[in-house]
Amino acid sequence: MKASWLALLASTAVLAGTVTHSYARSPASVNLDAVLEGTPRSLSEYGFFADLRAQTAAYGVEHYELNTALYSDGADKLRFIYVAGAQSIGAEGDGLLDLPVGSAIIKTFAFDEGADRRLIETRVLLHRTDGWVALPYRWNDEQTDAKLALAGGRFPLTRPDGSQISYRIPNKNQCKNCHQMDGEVIPIGPKVRNLSPEWLSDMTEAGYFTATPKASAMVPMWDARGGSTQAETAALARGYLDVNCAHCHQPGGSASNSGLDLRWEQDDPHAIGIRKPPVAAGRGAGGHLVSIAPGDPDASILVYRMESNEPGVVMPELGRGTVDEEGVAIVRDWIKAMPAR
Amino acid sequence: MIRTTLAVLAISLAAPAWAETYTISPGSNAQERLQEALILAEPGDEIVLAPGKYEITDGLSLDVDNVTLRGAGMKRSVLDFTNQQGAGEGLMVTSDNVTLRGFSVVNPKGDGIKSKGADQIIYDKIRVEWTGGPKASNGAYGIYPVESKNVLVQDSYVRGASDAGIYVGQSENIIVRRNMVVQNVAGIEIENSNFAEVTQNVTTKNTGGILVFDLPGLPKVGGGSVLVTKNAVLKNNTGNFAPEGNIVASVPAGTGIMVMANSGVHISDNVLKGNQTAHVMLVAYTQKFADDRYEPRPVDVVIRGNQFEGGGTKPDFPGGEQLVAAVGGSIPPVLTDGLHQDLAVVDRVGVLSLGLTRVGQSIAEANPAPVPRSEVTSSEAITPLKPVRFPAEMEARLQ
Repeated sequence: MKASWLALLASTAVLAGTVTHSYARSPASVNLDAVLEGTPRSLSEYGFFADLRAQTAAYGVEHYELNTALYSDGADKLRFIYVAGAQSIGAEGDGLLDLPVGSAIIKTFAFDEGADRRLIETRVLLHRTDGWVALPYRWNDEQTDAKLALAGGRFPLTRPDGSQISYRIPNKNQCKNCHQMDGEVIPIGPKVRNLSPEWLSDMTEAGYFTATPKASAMVPMWDARGGSTQAETAALARGYLDVNCAHCHQPGGSASNSGLDLRWEQDDPHAIGIRKPPVAAGRGAGGHLVSIAPGDPDASILVYRMESNEPGVVMPELGRGTVDEEGVAIVRDWIKAMPAR
Repeated sequence: MIRTTLAVLAISLAAPAWAETYTISPGSNAQERLQEALILAEPGDEIVLAPGKYEITDGLSLDVDNVTLRGAGMKRSVLDFTNQQGAGEGLMVTSDNVTLRGFSVVNPKGDGIKSKGADQIIYDKIRVEWTGGPKASNGAYGIYPVESKNVLVQDSYVRGASDAGIYVGQSENIIVRRNMVVQNVAGIEIENSNFAEVTQNVTTKNTGGILVFDLPGLPKVGGGSVLVTKNAVLKNNTGNFAPEGNIVASVPAGTGIMVMANSGVHISDNVLKGNQTAHVMLVAYTQKFADDRYEPRPVDVVIRGNQFEGGGTKPDFPGGEQLVAAVGGSIPPVLTDGLHQDLAVVDRVGVLSLGLTRVGQSIAEANPAPVPRSEVTSSEAITPLKPVRFPAEMEARLQ
């Protein structure tokens, strides 16, 4: 089964190298067996990195960034993508890249430590013949490798600003909690609308796309934000909510039963929470009557939950133990500018 | 490969001989050991919680089909979440054919046990308890199956939920039986669900005993075919401690059984005692909505064979005191806002209407008056609801 699969990949590589792509990608050092099968105990087994500690990508592993990123207690994130053989990446519309079987998405979480950088965890998403698999790896103290952490972990951590936090590595199921659609594991981050046009163009040149994907409405570049017109703020806020909330808050997502749909493309005011009463928020509602009260961020459940760190109230439920002040500020500005009627 | 061959055999055998049993004991790293077992389990496996207390600081989760998580009894195997630091619930189940049996979840920060999109789930002899009693800072739901088909909750105990003790939402084919729910805002709540039986439960000292609600604007709307029968609904007079904003925050203390919206709710053979607002209350959804699928009024409600005693003397809503004085000392057993449709009250008890005439009308405009018996007596025979039946595989797990 596996042998024939590899043979198939190899043959498409030959074909693709001569026909589809502008140049052939050399066989990478990546261990495709580890991507396709089993439960590797260490990150090193995949061969995604030429230098693991320095996070230098191996040949055939590509670095990427997102226009607007998920907040994870202020961790730096190093993102990589790998595609087996010389297969193309599908891209239709503004949404998720269609990564073929044999692909991997790799994300390392790190915090600066003085002039140094401490690697905390690396999460991998592997596209196998029977679907995507999500696995978390925790870096050792010596920073030589990261070990599989199926059950996740929690430990104290000092952030660059000196603040102490209790950092949580999600367990395998919690990975799926966010990375799921209709019960199947899927990637979240690499959507055409949230990738820079430059990167998409470079990747096309490198032979990954048959034509450069183009988003009809791009999620703004968070780090380059400057303008403060109402439209700019709205785009930033909606981009932020799309990236930080919509993986659960959409039909088929983990929070589908809430009826709240925070996807970028959703334009029904009630669905994105405007004057929408809570359903199963419990004390998460904080005594507020609606998710978004136009003109009044302080009366909006959405803001209340973004500003909380308390389990049972905090949103997102997983993945952060501190408040993203910058994210909250943008969402507050956006709600404040909404006409109260 | 061997595993695959065995898996094929598994379908033809009732009790897979190779199914593993993992026993987890309390002590150091118990959380990690338990979570690993929940992740590494294969379909057919059983995870056993040895007696004792387990300190859990993060949410647990199960995503493997056909797994049993079993303790030594709801008092003996205790998952203690008092120091929980993360996740929105104590235990989350997202796989099908799961059995949860004989253990406790204590003091979770959010919900107790949530199962989402988890078909054929059995909750059996489970306790979820906030040990400090009713507090707004308690989690919302104790036992919380949602978006599922074939749901059974039985012989369980929930105390202290700041929303509903046992809450079944957006689901179908449901039995909630022989449970004890105490000091929650809602004892048992069936919401936006169809084909449900709530039977032989004891609900006492909640704000409201049993709620059957339907709300607009959710993925699944149009609840109904709910049978509420043979329950003891006693002295549900605890002050409402739900955080404002939630629909149950509007439930008056002293509510026995309350129906909001829904189509086809039969309330039969229950014993209702000492519920100080009203034993049975029927109301329409009061807020604005834009959802073409939604019927805001309670339609086709049948009330028969129930036993009513006391209650109705201290209704927990504005103007309640005057109303009691006006109707002679107590609200009769059935109270409606007046917006019900096709109500049949077979029981020979009083029915009081608040006289509202349109959905969304303020209660300040109420015009209370007794409903004449002729208006709630149906000339047609009442067709009983179809009994809820589970797939044979699920019944087999109860043996």
